[in-house]
Amino acid sequence: MGKINRTSKKRYIVHVCLGTGCISGGSLNIYKSLKQQVDSLKIKNVLINFTGCHGFCQRGPIVDIEPGGIFYSEVKEEDVTDIVQQHLKKGKFVDRLFYRHPSTGETIPCSRDIPFYSRQQRIILRNCGHINPENIGDYLAVGGYESLKKVLTEMTPEQVISEISSSGLRGRGGAGFLTGLKWDLCHRSPGNEKYIICNADEGDPGAFMDRSILEADPHSVLEGMLIGAYAIGANQGYIYCRAEYPLALERLRIALRQMEEHGFLGNDILGSGFNFHIKIKEGAGAFVCGEETALIASIEGKRGMPRTRPPFPAISGLWGKPTIINNVKTLASVPVIIAKGSNWYSGIGTEKSKGTVVFALTGKIANSGLVEVPMGIELRELIYEIGGGISGGRKFKAAQTGGPSGGCLPASMLNLPIDYESLADAGSIMGSGGMIVMDEDTCVVDIARYFLIFTQAESCGKCVPCRVGTRQMLIILERITKGDGVPGDVELLERLANTVKLGSLCGLGQTAPNPVLTTIRYFRSEYEEHINNKRCPALVCKELISFYILPEKCKGCRICFKNCPVGAISGGKKLIHVINHERCIKCGTCFDVCPKRFSAVVKVSGKQIKVPEKPIPISK
Amino acid sequence: MFITKLVEIFNEYKGEKGAVIPILQKVQDKLGYLSQEVISEIAKFSRMSETEVFGVASFYAQFRFTRCGDHVIRVCLGTACHVSGGERILDEVTRELGVSPGETTEDYKFSLERVACLGCCALAPVMVVDKTVYTKMKLPKVRGVLQTYGENK
Repeated sequence: MGKINRTSKKRYIVHVCLGTGCISGGSLNIYKSLKQQVDSLKIKNVLINFTGCHGFCQRGPIVDIEPGGIFYSEVKEEDVTDIVQQHLKKGKFVDRLFYRHPSTGETIPCSRDIPFYSRQQRIILRNCGHINPENIGDYLAVGGYESLKKVLTEMTPEQVISEISSSGLRGRGGAGFLTGLKWDLCHRSPGNEKYIICNADEGDPGAFMDRSILEADPHSVLEGMLIGAYAIGANQGYIYCRAEYPLALERLRIALRQMEEHGFLGNDILGSGFNFHIKIKEGAGAFVCGEETALIASIEGKRGMPRTRPPFPAISGLWGKPTIINNVKTLASVPVIIAKGSNWYSGIGTEKSKGTVVFALTGKIANSGLVEVPMGIELRELIYEIGGGISGGRKFKAAQTGGPSGGCLPASMLNLPIDYESLADAGSIMGSGGMIVMDEDTCVVDIARYFLIFTQAESCGKCVPCRVGTRQMLIILERITKGDGVPGDVELLERLANTVKLGSLCGLGQTAPNPVLTTIRYFRSEYEEHINNKRCPALVCKELISFYILPEKCKGCRICFKNCPVGAISGGKKLIHVINHERCIKCGTCFDVCPKRFSAVVKVSGKQIKVPEKPIPISK
Repeated sequence: MFITKLVEIFNEYKGEKGAVIPILQKVQDKLGYLSQEVISEIAKFSRMSETEVFGVASFYAQFRFTRCGDHVIRVCLGTACHVSGGERILDEVTRELGVSPGETTEDYKFSLERVACLGCCALAPVMVVDKTVYTKMKLPKVRGVLQTYGENK
């Protein structure tokens, strides 16, 4: 964890996390209030700084104080006074804001000792949460742009490519193609007009790795991009970033301006004679544009539809010129590989999957957040040691990797080492790094339907099997979740899924059936339960569940009665409440609001419970 | 007049190839949505047919062709929000406003949209009104949130 030399004269450096997650939790006000209080008390030698995503989003907003890496979590605006008065003025820690281990109850003051962090290996995220993303000085102080200098002054493009090739770095966007090989192909392509594109069109629902990196450490990505451009011989680069990421875009623009001021961008960079310019293109919201050829079409101002390959973009890409497209995480890895050498990098990970992988760990997990682990780590370690297990003490059911293109891995696969090959063997994909954890309250048929809604809507429509096939699969999944499934539906889904996979041009269609296929593979009985017994075992599918108020438990408190949004509950003071099933929309509000000590509302599927027809007085 | 605003935007992109998407984005940003007249002006400037411009615009989820409400409500249906009940939140907003996702209330007060991931998954389920993020949403909180933006209907 790099300490920043430039500011080390200060007694304390306070880092407030201003990533999207912490901002949503109110960290902007914490930052302002800290600044204001330190200013008005005229406390000297304190720097109030901010960083991008710290990773531990579950415990946000996060305030981290150097020296010592003191980690305050779940900070509220009211806590600022204590931080200022105790810590910054008197040097006394505010113990109540320390992280508390959920099972042992022990308090842990430093981030590096918290299991969530201590078991990670942060290479791509090396600077995230430690430097101010809007200040190039912070990046320079941790050795930023040293790799660029080394490349421009000491290395030929061929040497750069050979270094990246021998590191074994593979594309972190999903497919996992060897980066060095791709660069080499483009480098050898004839022509002196070439392009490099940074793919930041992260479209997986539930994935925020690329966005967090751009928000926390844009210069690492940009430095990687410059090194790539030098290696392949490109003078123009594009960053294709989702328009829905306003903060990432803003920080990128600031970073580009600062690079120009420091001579890292423009003509004759660092006196080397190498020219490079970068333009930002805002993606207009189409998932398929994550695919290389679709992304190129979109930059050219067309509908973002993929085309057949070959020719590969490395030969004929943007405007028909040789083009390299690399994911944000791939590019962010490049400067470290140059700095520390390919031997170091290839020593991390497994035989075929080198280095580390970043996951956005979310869903029913105790520690949601951004994590980075070496390739080959077991799923169990990621979920239980780093992720802290399942939230609310529930049981693990499945983990979904690769978003709508990936698959669900069941509990029997918890020992699976996470790398490109083993995930593919299990029917899933590495993807870009989304990992959604599901507990026993998640219905896998509903999840398959959910992903299909997404891919069906995002299919560009070029290939019939994808356009029509995903639609038909969705219709079947919808009828199964509504209780109208018929025997043979599962087999039909499998047949359709294989046709869509075979008959689609791009990654979207080739992988869209994965969530369906893996849930059938590992949870077939759950599909059969929906079809044959009209029962949703996880109690999720609306049409298959009912809510009842148990007469022996109802205390007539009227809370559910008052909260029901459609007035489907009848009752009164000291009367047993009754749900009108014709009016009930199964929103579950009554179930949520019924006080835990009563637990009178139950959710059932495939059975009926005998209750009074009308409200009757509670028997004493 | 919208024409002067358009000309300003066009001037920025003179001679740049493949600029139609950034132009559409800037125009929508300035005017709120893309009307038929606007599409036709963009077509003339870009030397494309109106159908081509509309074809590009309608491909991307970002572009709107009707006026949107004073407040835009986005309910997140990313995977993390989905498994934590995001769909129930969307149902509740739909019920309260009487419009479906993609629609605007008759009084142009609210537009309702569904989005796939806002990136604060640890705080799921999430909804956003304009730029304010409402986290860990529960059904009974929906009405209160909407009321802070003025009575609906």
